[in-house]
Amino acid sequence: MSDRKIRVLIAKPGLDGHDRGAKTVATVLRDAGMEVVYSGLHQTPEMIAEAALQEDVDVVGLSILSGAHMSLFPRIREALTARDMGDVLLTGGGIIPEEDMTALEGDGFSKLFGPGTRTTDIVAWIETAVNERWAREEA
Amino acid sequence: MSQTSTEQSPRELWEAALAKGRVRDTDFNTLSGQEVKTMYGPDDVSPDYDENLGYPGQFPYTRGVHPSMYRGRLWTMRQFAGFGTAAQTNERFRFLLEHGQTGLSTAFDFPTLMGYDADDDISLGEVGQVGVSISSLKDMETLFEGIPLEKVSTSMTINGPAPVMLAFYIACAERQGVDPALISGTIQNDILKEYQAQHAWLVPPEPALRMITDVMGYCAKHTPRFNTISISGYHIREAGSTAAQELAFTLANGMEYVRRGVASGLDVDDFAPRLSFFFDSHLDFFEEVSKFRAARRIWARKMRDEFGAKNPKSWMLRFHTQTAGVSLTAQQPENNIVRTAIEALAAVLGGTQSLHTNSMDETLSLPTEKAVKIALRTQQIIAEEHEVTNVVDPLAGSYFVEAETDRLEADAEAYFKEIDERGGVVACIDAGFIQREIHRSAVTYQLAVERNQKKVVGVNIYDEGDQKPEIDIHRIGDHVENEQRARLKELRANRNEAAAQAELAKIRAACDTDENLLERFVAAAHADCTLGEICNVLRDAFGKYKEPKIL
Repeated sequence: MSDRKIRVLIAKPGLDGHDRGAKTVATVLRDAGMEVVYSGLHQTPEMIAEAALQEDVDVVGLSILSGAHMSLFPRIREALTARDMGDVLLTGGGIIPEEDMTALEGDGFSKLFGPGTRTTDIVAWIETAVNERWAREEA
Repeated sequence: MSQTSTEQSPRELWEAALAKGRVRDTDFNTLSGQEVKTMYGPDDVSPDYDENLGYPGQFPYTRGVHPSMYRGRLWTMRQFAGFGTAAQTNERFRFLLEHGQTGLSTAFDFPTLMGYDADDDISLGEVGQVGVSISSLKDMETLFEGIPLEKVSTSMTINGPAPVMLAFYIACAERQGVDPALISGTIQNDILKEYQAQHAWLVPPEPALRMITDVMGYCAKHTPRFNTISISGYHIREAGSTAAQELAFTLANGMEYVRRGVASGLDVDDFAPRLSFFFDSHLDFFEEVSKFRAARRIWARKMRDEFGAKNPKSWMLRFHTQTAGVSLTAQQPENNIVRTAIEALAAVLGGTQSLHTNSMDETLSLPTEKAVKIALRTQQIIAEEHEVTNVVDPLAGSYFVEAETDRLEADAEAYFKEIDERGGVVACIDAGFIQREIHRSAVTYQLAVERNQKKVVGVNIYDEGDQKPEIDIHRIGDHVENEQRARLKELRANRNEAAAQAELAKIRAACDTDENLLERFVAAAHADCTLGEICNVLRDAFGKYKEPKIL
């Protein structure tokens, strides 16, 4: 199973156009050997969930710097669940206050990353989390 | 002791000592990755003083646009502010004015920046979050209530729907009883960098540029004290570019606006004096000071020698500066005060006309009142205590700063040539060239930080583990969205619907002719047409913009 590639959707929900982080993370994940799809900007929750389904991804990574995370993130989780993709590894980052991160992490998000995160930490975390899931699926 | 030929010169002695001396194991390149030497001397600078430097207030303005610079007048302290409802932001504006701020700068929320009303479905969750929500002339009137528009200069950071927002502002002045000829300020209205970096667009480049020339034409006639574009490198830099790329892409965009203005039939000297600029002031102190100086020199040369401008005001590059948001860290946020102070000093020594200093808490949320006040006080301390305003362009003549200024000018020229060869700025945007250059620099920098080549205190050096910052968070409640929706409902119920629809129809018709659209927008503002309604007409007429994929 070691040659199975991790498939990731990096998505930008909402109207915010700050894509430096999303594109940097997408590039680094791809360079780390993952198959990465970048959604482009201004995506609705429905568009993101649909792309996750079409691309059959293992991971959805959301990037948001608009402050709308408490409204948009749960709607994305619901849209994924509605497409039977509730078990996708859901993560993200951006300008998200600590207490909101904690709340979202208790609500279907595995882990959220704040400013100053090393991309190598994101790569390692995704690899570990996905490999654990794959091991469970096999068992 | 007579000198013999075997004796070493001071320079050779220094070189020998240098070769034997210890060197720390660290990266000595500029923040942009540019190699720099250990020391600069007379051999590194071009000696033609009149040609390259001149006197302040004189061509090529390398040393500043005013003869006495800050002895005559300090820079405008202009803190970017906006959140929640128009009434909340009005309160913050008054707070800043009471504490000695000298100009206003409006931040809009994302729905407004993208040309959607607060009650549009797509706006859900974003109303009032990162800026103020303005959907109508009524909102604009609330925003500036009690603030005399003939006295306070206002900057508005908006681009895609900028011509519509400017129409609201002009109409607002008219309702205050102020002659639009007296209003002063700046509308960012720089659409080219939106496609390149910031991504809040409305329609594709060609119709967007047509609206910009409409603004230039209208304002030359009706609002001669208002800057019609703030050609912005800030967002290009924040998106990851190097200093040289910021300089090059910004000035390339500026030249494109000038070409468009001239092509639309305007005389270059009718609109060029109302073009202003906006740059980032990042961490690398000397590179930044040099960048500002190079920007003035390049612009003056281009405007006089390539575009044939005769009015010295057309040659002068006047600019606003904001300290680098991306240099702030979420870790140990109080350290951001220090970073910001030094970045602000670079802007001042680079001769900025106005300045925004970031607040320490901006990687966590919008700033609190306390954090904003410290940021403003930082500027006041630089202006009043450090004695740095006494002498014009005090770093001129520094071998290093002059060499950096020359280097940045040469780097920018190389980009101008490449952009030309690729068919111009719009072709470069369509092909994703500029976006790709910026992205590449962003990744390079990120990796340099992760490899500890570039140090960030609190992040990859002197970090305090997982310790969370203890800092107050400025939150925007849900009530803002509900209030804005209710206001819009009331507005639509109380306006003359037939008159509003008639104005929207006139806009649609004007899209197909060369009628000045800003004139139509002002009329529509008075008829209480909303931002979203007007922008929907524009999207319908001109189409939506689709970004090229560049990953």
